[in-house]
Amino acid sequence: MSVDAATVRRIAHLARIAVADNEIEHLRGEINNMLAFVEQLNEVNVDGVEPTASVEDMKLKMRDDVVSDGDYVKRVLANAPATDDGFFQVPKVVE
Amino acid sequence: MADVTSLTLSEARDALRAKKISAKELADAHLSAMEKARVLNAYVLETPEHAQKMAAASDAKLAKGEGGPLEGIPLGVKDLFATNGVRTTACSKILENFVPQYESTVTSQLWRDGAVMLGKLNNDEFAMGSSNETSALGNVISPWRRKGDDKPLVPGGSSGGSAAAVSAQLCLGATGTDTGGSIRQPAAFTGIVGIKPTYGRCSRWGIVAFASSLDQAGPFARTVQDCAILLRSMAGHDPKDSTCSDRPVPDYEKAIGKSVKGMKIGIPKEYRVEGMPAEIDEPWEKGREWLKAAGAEIIDISLPHTKYALSAYYIIAPAEASSNLARYDGVRYGLRVPGKDIVDMYEQTRAAGFGKEVRRRIMIGTYVLSAGYYDAYYLRAQKVRTLIKQDFDNAWNQGVDAILTPATPSGAFGIGEKGSSDPVEMYLNDIFTVTVNMAGLPGISVPAGRDHDGLPLGLQLIGKPFGEEDLFALSHVIEQAAGPRMVPDRWWR
Repeated sequence: MSVDAATVRRIAHLARIAVADNEIEHLRGEINNMLAFVEQLNEVNVDGVEPTASVEDMKLKMRDDVVSDGDYVKRVLANAPATDDGFFQVPKVVE
Repeated sequence: MADVTSLTLSEARDALRAKKISAKELADAHLSAMEKARVLNAYVLETPEHAQKMAAASDAKLAKGEGGPLEGIPLGVKDLFATNGVRTTACSKILENFVPQYESTVTSQLWRDGAVMLGKLNNDEFAMGSSNETSALGNVISPWRRKGDDKPLVPGGSSGGSAAAVSAQLCLGATGTDTGGSIRQPAAFTGIVGIKPTYGRCSRWGIVAFASSLDQAGPFARTVQDCAILLRSMAGHDPKDSTCSDRPVPDYEKAIGKSVKGMKIGIPKEYRVEGMPAEIDEPWEKGREWLKAAGAEIIDISLPHTKYALSAYYIIAPAEASSNLARYDGVRYGLRVPGKDIVDMYEQTRAAGFGKEVRRRIMIGTYVLSAGYYDAYYLRAQKVRTLIKQDFDNAWNQGVDAILTPATPSGAFGIGEKGSSDPVEMYLNDIFTVTVNMAGLPGISVPAGRDHDGLPLGLQLIGKPFGEEDLFALSHVIEQAAGPRMVPDRWWR
């Protein structure tokens, strides 16, 4: 399988990464190289094989459903590029 | 005492306890060595004030005969570990001004046990790389050079700063993380020891996430014993990471010097790749002889799905990365580049903040998870992963205790020499190490020989789940047999 320029643009948009027109061809080549490299997985017979969900032989632990952390707005916002009155600030979103 | 930076961690620990040296003296000697070695670019942030404060606190405890297992030991920290109030960048532009308001579990346990932080160490951006050349904060220059040649070499990656700093005596030990070989490969390239423990042995909480089902923290040090000492402090249960095991942490140091008589060591025939240079085979052959001489039994085994591991890895790791790195959106932390609307802001921010390799991996991960391709790529790769893990299970069921392989397919290479036209060329570096992450097993890299340029080569021992003690015992045998420790000439001083 290989990707075309339109697919590269679609992937870039899905990944929320701006890509300039003059980068598309190069990216297309690199992605296709990778896809060619992983092609060999098609040789493997995976009939009836369960996909790996976890490498651990361990049950996920349950915890009490209680609030155990939080209440430090200042620390949460300390690295935010823009804040207003205890909130993260983003450009106006109208949908 | 002469040059205290040349001590091993265990020697320094004993000298501190015997009051032959002070934590202050040890910290100062390392800070001054770091200053002289800035050309290596191993540290991306030096934290002398922290180091001096922590060393003074350690000296106060040691004076009273108190202190933890690492009291006064100066360490470096890979810049992927969140350190409270100390800039943590993952060596990415997108986090260039990020100052965590919390401490990673692994580093908090090191400080709990008395260790002293010297600074933050360089790595490939978001740990994506095998040569430290994708760091937004610049390449790390290996302390090693080819015989009669001063061309700068890579220290390996992604934990390149950690490996270079430990090898160049700029700390007594360092933390690393390993998703596909990022501890074992740089340890092999720089002639030191590095262990990736079993998945779940160390908490991942507070470590910048790359591929969560593969990532594991582990130590670098100049000896097997020193790694054992560090891992004991780094490992252990953490309720903040639901995949972190609650098995008790053994005193790994006790495994050093333990007899390996009767242990069964598997030699997988699939690791003898076509065209493998004799200089890689030679230490492998010697490793077999050394373990045999120590009473271990060497048996041939087969891990038939080995050749598919790298392909499956380069689907699974980018898929998980594309999901993990979705959080860098210019809203809650990190870089923000303004845009004409919020989607444009996300897209401009991520285009400017991520480097080439990271962008490529996010895009591949996005593609293999996208509608219509998920089954063909991601699901198939996860099934192949099951088969890879079953190969190892079959070996353990045959009674094998550990598996011996080369750590890397070559010695260190020069900066700019690999992967510029085809990224796959760089990815092949991890051919011997990725299977171990795919199966969640522990793996250690220990120096065992040199290549034709005099550069270090390592052997890898792969263990059963939570078989770290066996790995320490076995790699100690190799370390003792391989001769004197590999120390680079300090050409930068």
